[in-house]
Amino acid sequence: MVKPTRVSNRIRALRATHGEMTQAELADRIGVTRQTVIAIEQGRYSPTLELAFQIARVFGVGLDAVFQYPDTHEGASR
Amino acid sequence: MSIIFYMGVDVSAQEKNAWILGVIAVLGYAVYLGLLLSSDAGALTERPYAPIMLWTIGSGILAGIVINILVGIIAGMFRRDARRVDQRDRQIARFGDQVGQSFVVLGAVSALVLAMLKADSFWIANVIYLGFVLSAVLGSVSKVLGYRRGLPEW
Repeated sequence: MVKPTRVSNRIRALRATHGEMTQAELADRIGVTRQTVIAIEQGRYSPTLELAFQIARVFGVGLDAVFQYPDTHEGASR
Repeated sequence: MSIIFYMGVDVSAQEKNAWILGVIAVLGYAVYLGLLLSSDAGALTERPYAPIMLWTIGSGILAGIVINILVGIIAGMFRRDARRVDQRDRQIARFGDQVGQSFVVLGAVSALVLAMLKADSFWIANVIYLGFVLSAVLGSVSKVLGYRRGLPEW
């Protein structure tokens, strides 16, 4: 029944490059529980667009640098 | 030890709440059935089911509130954000409630059919109660699965 999300992310790597930021610190900055940060990192939960922007803002990067979505068609136009 | 860790530290407040409500619903119904079946008052439909049902439902609600508060206090000793509720909690709660609600409807429809068939009030009350129990249990199971494995994406 449960279809895993196809959205992948680089949150763990970005935390590492931002002073080894902990999951709890990130959770505090974006106002969610640490469990939600863990679920997002592991691909068990797709955040809302607003939360995705908040995460990207914490790291000072664009949305594309945090979240990736695979192309469904070869040669899909961007 | 691992269950203490699981319930005390590394699980969000809402997931603990789902576990507590699910377990209490099962235990409450088991106690109800135990008392009803061990009652020595003749035929099943003649037994005093109403006070037993009211006591087990009331005790279940009270136990749920008390245990939830106690678990919240214990979790708060480990984490300052222990009572935080976020968008994921709300989405999972909505999903679990939708699953649970279907069993309330199923119980109500079954009771309606029994009433039309002029069944004894014992069976009508019990099928409604069973609907409530299934709603609570399967709603809680859905929430826990939502936390552990993720929400389904249709």
